Amino acid sequence: MSGANRIKGRGRLTPAKTVRFTFDGKALTALEGDTLAAALIANGIHLTGRSYKYHRPRGMLSAGPEEPNALIDIGRDAARRTPNVRASVQEVFDGMQARSQNRWPSLAFDVGAINNLASPLFAAGFYYKTFMWPKAAWKHLYEPIVRAAAGLGVSPKEADPDHYANHFVHCDVLVIGGGAAGLSAALAAAHAGASVILCDEQPETGGAFHHDADAKIDGVSGWDWAQAATAELRSMANVRVLTRTTAFGYQAQNHVALVERVTEHLANPDPALPRERLWQVRARQVVIATGAIERHMVFANNDRPGILLASAARTFLNHFGVAVGAKVGVYTACDSAWATAFDLKQAGVSVPAIVDVRPDLDPALLARAKELGIEVLAGQCVLDTSGTLRVKSMKVGRASGGSTRSIAIDALIMSAGWTPSVHMYSQSRGKVVWDEDSKRFLPGKHVQDCVSVGACNGVDDLADALEGAAEAGLAAAKAAGASGTKAWGAPGSAISASWAGSMMGAAGGAGAETSVKAFVDFQNDVTAKDIRLAVREGMHSIEHVKRFTTNGMATDQGKTSNIHGLAIAAETLGKPLPQVGLTTFRAPYTPVTFGAIVNHARGSLFDPTRRTPMHGWEEAHGAVFEDVGQWKRAWYYPRPGEDMHQAVNRECRTVREVAGLFDASTLGKIEVVGPDAAAFLNLLYTNSWDKLEPGRCKYGIMLREDGFIYDDGVVGRMAEDRFHVTTTTGGAPRVLSHMEDYLQTEFPHLKVWLTSTSEQWAVIAVQGPKAREIIAPLVEGIDLSNEAMPHMSVREGRICGVPTRLFRMSFTGEAGYEVNVPADHGDAVWKALWAQAEPLGACAYGTETMHVLRAEKGYIIVGQDTDGTVTPDDAGLNWAVAKKKPDFVGIRGMKRPDLVAPGRKQLVGLLTRDPSVVLEEGAQIVANPNQPVPMTMIGHVTSSYWTENCGRSIAMALVADGRALKGKTLYVPMPDRTIEVEVTDTVFIDKEGVRLHG
Amino acid sequence: MANTAHAHRIHPLEGRIAGSAGVRITPAAPAARVSLRAGPSDVKALSKALGLDLPLAPKTTSGALPGRLAAWLGPDEWLIIDEGGDPLADLGKAKVLHSAVDVSHRNTAILLSGAGARATLEAGCPQNLTDAVFPVGAASRTVLGKIEVVIIRTGDEDYRVECWRSFSTYAFELLSVGARDCLA
Repeated sequence: MSGANRIKGRGRLTPAKTVRFTFDGKALTALEGDTLAAALIANGIHLTGRSYKYHRPRGMLSAGPEEPNALIDIGRDAARRTPNVRASVQEVFDGMQARSQNRWPSLAFDVGAINNLASPLFAAGFYYKTFMWPKAAWKHLYEPIVRAAAGLGVSPKEADPDHYANHFVHCDVLVIGGGAAGLSAALAAAHAGASVILCDEQPETGGAFHHDADAKIDGVSGWDWAQAATAELRSMANVRVLTRTTAFGYQAQNHVALVERVTEHLANPDPALPRERLWQVRARQVVIATGAIERHMVFANNDRPGILLASAARTFLNHFGVAVGAKVGVYTACDSAWATAFDLKQAGVSVPAIVDVRPDLDPALLARAKELGIEVLAGQCVLDTSGTLRVKSMKVGRASGGSTRSIAIDALIMSAGWTPSVHMYSQSRGKVVWDEDSKRFLPGKHVQDCVSVGACNGVDDLADALEGAAEAGLAAAKAAGASGTKAWGAPGSAISASWAGSMMGAAGGAGAETSVKAFVDFQNDVTAKDIRLAVREGMHSIEHVKRFTTNGMATDQGKTSNIHGLAIAAETLGKPLPQVGLTTFRAPYTPVTFGAIVNHARGSLFDPTRRTPMHGWEEAHGAVFEDVGQWKRAWYYPRPGEDMHQAVNRECRTVREVAGLFDASTLGKIEVVGPDAAAFLNLLYTNSWDKLEPGRCKYGIMLREDGFIYDDGVVGRMAEDRFHVTTTTGGAPRVLSHMEDYLQTEFPHLKVWLTSTSEQWAVIAVQGPKAREIIAPLVEGIDLSNEAMPHMSVREGRICGVPTRLFRMSFTGEAGYEVNVPADHGDAVWKALWAQAEPLGACAYGTETMHVLRAEKGYIIVGQDTDGTVTPDDAGLNWAVAKKKPDFVGIRGMKRPDLVAPGRKQLVGLLTRDPSVVLEEGAQIVANPNQPVPMTMIGHVTSSYWTENCGRSIAMALVADGRALKGKTLYVPMPDRTIEVEVTDTVFIDKEGVRLHG
Repeated sequence: MANTAHAHRIHPLEGRIAGSAGVRITPAAPAARVSLRAGPSDVKALSKALGLDLPLAPKTTSGALPGRLAAWLGPDEWLIIDEGGDPLADLGKAKVLHSAVDVSHRNTAILLSGAGARATLEAGCPQNLTDAVFPVGAASRTVLGKIEVVIIRTGDEDYRVECWRSFSTYAFELLSVGARDCLA
């Protein structure tokens, strides 16, 4: 038996197909196709959790996505647990473990419920007021306690073992919602030849036909019509029907994000399937057919388990074959609850009374109630309810006073009318408009290429909805360019239950006094009195009321609460409702998992990892890698028994004594080609390029408009009209963009083109006294003698039989070469060079050694020794600024008063008095360590290393007027001591530079 | 000694293969590539030098592989791919103003083939790749996940994805992951 409340012969599920699941450890049986909500109610369970703030017992309110209360932790195993799943959406699968949340030690007895008694402390805006003093207590005491007590659900700590898919798709027409209107629009668009995507958040299409069993279309039930229409759509090649798929975000230019729950309902999902799919749809036209959501009635204690929406009760009965209770009371302001009452009564459920706030009722409804023997209390209210873990009775009377009566019930269904679901429309940036006739907000002007149809557009009559949607679907197809000729006619006849009648705000029984809890927003525990309090405390804008009370700010996005909250605020303010205004709906429409949003971008696909052609060799030779942007660069090559310090010392020594090989492939490279190439570089660099002969190269500095150093690198002139520009590794993409920006916007008259060649060339730096000896046997067609190929020259020839651009240059201060070869040959050429180098006693060295060696020579690293506020003069690079050029980027910036004023920080060298002390990079520098705190800081350390070649530590620093302080003593105060340093120049080795030319 | 590396190119994706029931993913053969830049008045001479008509409409190509293919990347920009010849040398014969830069090794390519090839690309590419917009012969510089690629549709169910060398492992892995769900 799949639950005592299952009614034989009712519902659309197959009684023989049962599945087993547990709820808080208790084994239960459901039918295949049940939502957890239906399965629990079938088993007589309404109590599913405790509320957010007051820990009040709560149960299912709805049978749909709007569910604010029944948030359940759903698990398959330890790693596959999802908190805060709506019981009304989650389908039961065999073996499912469902757990209630926000309760301790048990659901029925929850210690946190003391919050309910202490509720005066937790009035609206309590966190702005209650915990203000003492200040420190908020962080250490109040916030942790409030968070622990208020939290909803617990996320799993295990890594997510599932995968998630992403699909970017394009279509002519996207239809959001598979109810009557959506199906009609989709059929019309599809028959007109458009490519169509139809999505619906439920397992089956049919929308309101889940509950409205009276609906008839062309003689068949609405449900059967919907299933036939869906089958027809599925059979068409130009249509994709996505069920269990929620449109949750409507972005710019008809970019709509859908999430499909692929395996959440399966007992043993195929591991090849993604758990969820994110569909990022770009549609030419969008048809919004999102229907309407029923509102609850706002009255005292309207949140007890067993009190739920009338349409939900009708869905449980007509779709799942489940009665929500044995004695069901009805409290309504809308005809649709009557239909539920009639269905329940006919299914053998006792309906003691229909309480309708409206004094004048449709005679046909009254006649039908009489016929079925249901008592009707017109113009009356449910003033209160009783029952702790399940509703037991309702107190009925007139709002104006007089006698009251208690009626025993075990469930209470309610309807305050229907709110058009304008979420998608609002997300598309459309502004809702108040319709005075029907007293509701409806879509106004559509600002994107979309249209709203059916109930979400305020169309109540089924035949009108079908016809209007079909017209809209055809129009959308045509607007999207579909040229099909087959017309699809909307069904000729359609009837459905009446949805007439509506009330907004507090009903009789919501009380004016401050002790009554008449809930407006169940998920955030906001009551009618909270909203009145917010207005009394000066919140006059609905946006302020919303934030002060948190009404509508929970994950349910105020689907049931927004209109009630607005109406109560309007009434308290004494203003007409449309003047108070509606808040904007935000994405996501319903909660979306991080897994779906992140989808492929995890693990190695979180971000590209870039490796050079020589990476494999480096790895095999024990390199430790460091991340430089997305690149993996060999950092140092420890030999057995060496730590980093020892390895770097050895590498530094070996390069200066013998030679070293260094992988410089990550350097940015740009080929600048055209007759105006030199003229262009003159404008982009501070240096002058006119006199650089083909075959020579030069160090260049690039500034931003503001006169600060942007990048640097060596530029080789390959031909009159062709330059090989190098940039820093990190600067490669932005330098190309910077150049391209100027070329296209400022210098479009120049005949020059820029092409990134960063990855065309593998670059092997061979540096040290034996560099020439290493490369010489492998090089063909280039005279390597000092006379033929001096320092700062470039030649084209072959190495190991492949073409090379061979640079004679140095970032170490040693004589050296940078061997550029086409990247696919990089590994082979490296290995050939290594075969030459190793027998000579040379080493492979990494970025750390490169950093130390360049610091020994005082070569700057842009981004380390500069920080975007350093001019060429600050860095001691004035020699690289052409004095006679009329213009280059940054020339005016460099002349700004602040940039030429005395007192600027200048790059200098620092030597610690104690040569064994290595300064910390970033450490601050002061002139007088005895001054009171806070001290006047005159600079900071930018680079600092131990150098084996100098036998001591060295550092570079930016110090105010630093160059004038040479020989002076400064101080670096550290937490444990103050370090004495002497200001020097920045070159620590081979000050004359003779080694370069060796 | 001097010829150790000659003629042997190490493809960054060497030996890899991936796919699913819907798509086969393989590294493309080594090719010569040129980034060609030139103004409209010189297109004719360059076309003659290359032996194909440089495409002038956005998202189009001319020629075919194996052999020589030219993809339009911008109003003054083409990517020339050649699996046998030497397009750089051919362009050297054209005496009109242009920039031809060898990018043979900068790029590498991945081939996708099968009924799910398009959906595999759509796992990471937001661009419209449907038949009407991206027919056989179409090409576009676009985005795949977090990297830039050039996608060329070489057949009904065949695509070539050109990307920079060091991004190719990312591209290959992303496409392999996309392949799992390409028949959805």
